[in-house]
Amino acid sequence: MSTVAADDHQESPYSISRWLFTTNHKDIGTLYLWFSFVMFIIGGVMALIIRTELFEPGLQFVDPQFFNSMTTMHAIMMIFGVVMPAFTGLANWMIPLMVGATDMALPRMNNWSFWILPFAFAMMLSTLFMDGGGPAGGWTLYPPLTLQTGDALPFVILAIHFMGLSSIMGAINVIATILNMRAPGMTLMKMPLFVWTWLITAYLLIAVMPVLAGAVTMLLTDKFFGTSFFNAAGGGDPVLFQHIFWFFGHPEVYILILPSFGVISSIIPTFARKPLFGYASMVYATGSIAFLSFIVWAHHMFTVGMPLAGELFFMFATMLIAVPTGVKVFNWIATMWQGAMTFETPMLFALGFIVMFTIGGFSGLMLALAPVDFQYHDTYFVVAHFHYVLVPGSIFAIIAAVYYWLPKWCGNMYSEGLGKLHFWLSTIFVNVTFFPMHFVGLAGMPRRIPDYALQFSDFNALATVGAFGFGFAQLIFLYAVIQAIRGGKKASNRVWENSIGLEWSLTSPPPYHSFTTPPNLTDDWNWFTHEPLQAKKTRS
Amino acid sequence: MSSGSWLKSLVAISTATVTGVANAVQPMNMPAGVTDISGKVFDMHMIALWLCVAIGVVVFLAMFYSILMHRKSRGVKAATFHESTTVEAVWTIIPFIILVALAVPATNTLIKMEDSSNYDLTVKITGYQWLWHYEYVDQGVDFYSVLSTPRSQVKNQEQKSENYLLEVDKELVLPVGKKVRFLITSNDVIHAWWVPELAVKKDAVPGFINEAWTKINEPGIYRGQCAELCGRDHGFMPVVVRAVEQEEFSQWMAQNAKQENGKELASLIQ
Repeated sequence: MSTVAADDHQESPYSISRWLFTTNHKDIGTLYLWFSFVMFIIGGVMALIIRTELFEPGLQFVDPQFFNSMTTMHAIMMIFGVVMPAFTGLANWMIPLMVGATDMALPRMNNWSFWILPFAFAMMLSTLFMDGGGPAGGWTLYPPLTLQTGDALPFVILAIHFMGLSSIMGAINVIATILNMRAPGMTLMKMPLFVWTWLITAYLLIAVMPVLAGAVTMLLTDKFFGTSFFNAAGGGDPVLFQHIFWFFGHPEVYILILPSFGVISSIIPTFARKPLFGYASMVYATGSIAFLSFIVWAHHMFTVGMPLAGELFFMFATMLIAVPTGVKVFNWIATMWQGAMTFETPMLFALGFIVMFTIGGFSGLMLALAPVDFQYHDTYFVVAHFHYVLVPGSIFAIIAAVYYWLPKWCGNMYSEGLGKLHFWLSTIFVNVTFFPMHFVGLAGMPRRIPDYALQFSDFNALATVGAFGFGFAQLIFLYAVIQAIRGGKKASNRVWENSIGLEWSLTSPPPYHSFTTPPNLTDDWNWFTHEPLQAKKTRS
Repeated sequence: MSSGSWLKSLVAISTATVTGVANAVQPMNMPAGVTDISGKVFDMHMIALWLCVAIGVVVFLAMFYSILMHRKSRGVKAATFHESTTVEAVWTIIPFIILVALAVPATNTLIKMEDSSNYDLTVKITGYQWLWHYEYVDQGVDFYSVLSTPRSQVKNQEQKSENYLLEVDKELVLPVGKKVRFLITSNDVIHAWWVPELAVKKDAVPGFINEAWTKINEPGIYRGQCAELCGRDHGFMPVVVRAVEQEEFSQWMAQNAKQENGKELASLIQ
C-alpha cells in the first residue's frame, strides 16, 4: 500500500503530462468541459455559416453541397462534440463529489474515454478537406444519399465508432461509480437527482450506442463490400436504416436532455431555499421517459409510408411522453412555490430552461400528432422544436451547471454582473433566432435548403441576426469563466446560502482526491442540511 | 382641435399602422389548404396550438407569480413542504385526459388520410436528383417537371420573380372534385413529395411505392417543394400542381395524349 499523501500526485496545471496521463476525475472533467467548449465554437461557426447563407434569398456565399455538409457537421459537432462531452465532464466532476467517493470507479478507462475524443473529432473535421467534401447527407446519414459521400464516408464512420466507444466507456464508468462507490447510508433513493438522471442516461447510452455502431457498419459494408442491407435492388430496404437509426436516435435525444433535468433539479431547490418537490416522482418520471424513449422512434418517420396501425401506435406512445415530462415541470414550479427565491446566474439560466424547454415540449406534443406531422415534418417547425429543447434546453442547463459549480471547482466566485449580462443576451437572442423558425416552418419552408422562396425572407433575416447575437454573447461566458479561474472573491465551502449535497461539505476547490474517507450518511443524518441530526430518531 | 378629433386621428393612424404591418407580414401559419383533409389537419393544428397556449399560460402564470411573490427580497420565509401524493396524482391524470381528448380527433383524421380506396385517377410520381416525373398511369401520359427559375436569379444577377424557386416548366395538372391517388417512388435517393395546400407529404423511396391521395376542392395553382434532403440541389426541385375543372382537364389530357401518340409514331417511323 502506498503511504504517499494523496495530494502529492497533483502536478502543475501547466505540465502537458498531467493532462495527458491524468486519471483524476476532476482533471478529466475539466478536459471534457474545455473540449466541449472548443467544439461549441467550431459547431457555432458552422451554424453562423448556415445562417449567413440564409440571411437573404439567393445563393451568396457557399456552394449548396458545402451548405449541406455544414448542416450535417453542425449537428454532429453539437450533439456528439458539445452536449454529450459536456454532460460527461459534469458527471466526472460531480458524481464522485455527490456520492462521497474518492474518484471515478475506473480511472484509467476514464482517461482513455476522454483522449479518444480529440482524435475522433480531428478525423471527423478532416473530412471537410477530402475529395468530395465532408458528409452532406444530414447527421441522420440516410442511405442511399449518404452512400453518395466521397472519400469522407469511411472516416466519418470510423469517427462515429470512436465517439460511440468513448460514450460507452464513459457510461460504464458512471454506472460502476454510482453502483459501487456511494458513501455508506446513501441509498439509491437518497441520491441527488443529477446522479439519478446520469445513471439512467448511462444505461440508455449502453443500450443504443451499439445500435448506431451497427447501423453505420452496415452503411460501410453496403458501400465497400457489396452488401445490400439498405439497397432495394439487392433485396434490402432504405427505410430499414431509418428504423435502426432512430431506435438509437430517440433514446439519444433523451441522453441529451436527462442530465439537464438533474442539473435543474439541483439548482432550483438551492435558490428557492426549499427542498425539491416530489423527489420520488422525479425519479419515476425519469425512468418512464427512458422507457418510453425506446418505443417511439418511428415518430421521426411518419411520412415514410408505415401501416396505419404503426402510425397510431407511435403517435399514442409519443403523446404519452408529455405526462412524465409535465410532472417534472410541475415539480420544479412546486419547488419554487412559497420558497424564498434569489436570482443568481445559475437560477436565471435554470428558469430560462424551464420556460423555453416547455415551449419546445409544446411543439413536441404538436409534432406527435401524426396527421398534422405530415405538414410539420422536415420543415423549419421541426428545426425550431429541437433547437428549443437543445439550446435553451440542454445548452442552458450546461451553462447553468457551470455557473453553479464553478466556484466549487476553482474556489473563486465568477462575476455576477457578467453572468447576468450573459443570461439576458443569450435569452433574448436565442428567441430571436429560433422563434421565427416556427413561422417559416408552418408557412412551408423545408429544412436543409440553402436558398428559399421570397415569402420566407423576413423571418430568415431575423433568425440570422439572432444567431450572430447569440454566438457573440457566448464570448462573455468564456471571459467570465476565465476571469473566475484566474482569481476573484473566494468561495466558501457551501458557496450558496442553501446549497444541499455532499459536494458542498468539501473545501472550494475540493481536495485532489475528493473524499479520502467516506462521509457518514447513516440514519442520524439530516439530508436537507447535511448535518448530523441533534436528537437521534427513535423507531418503534 | 377638440379632444374628439384627436382621438379620431389617433385611431385612424393606429388602424393604418396595424393594417400596414399586417400587409407587410409574411405568412406565418400553416395554410388551411384546399381539400377536406387539409382543412381537418389545419383545425387539428389550431386546436393543438391553442391548447398548448392555454396550458402554457396557466403554467407560466403560476411560475411568474411565484417568481414575483416568493422572492427572498420580499422577506418571505421558505416553506418546507416537499411532496403531496394528491397534487402529484392530479397533475399526472389531468394531462393524460387532455392527451386522450387530443388523440381522438387525430386518430379519426389519420384513418381518413390513409384510406386511398375508390380513386378516380392515378398519378405515379417518381423523384429524381433533382426533378420530378409524373405519369398518368391509365392515360399513358407522362412528363418531367423541372425548376424553371433561371440560374441568374439564384446567382443574384437578376431580379427574383414572384414565384422564385417555386415554379416549374410543366405543372402537374389535376381535376378538381376527383379523388386522385398518388403512387410515389424514387429513382435514386429518398425524396419527399409535398404540397402544403393539399396536406400531402410522402417520402419517395427507391424500390418501394408509397400511396397517398387528394381531392382538391378549388381550382388554382398550389406550390410545394421536396421535403427530404436529397443532395446538392434538394432546395431546387419544387412541386407545382395546377387544379382545373374536369372539362379543362379532359381537354388538356386529350392534347397531351395526342402529343404522346405523335411522339410514338415518330419513333416508329424512325
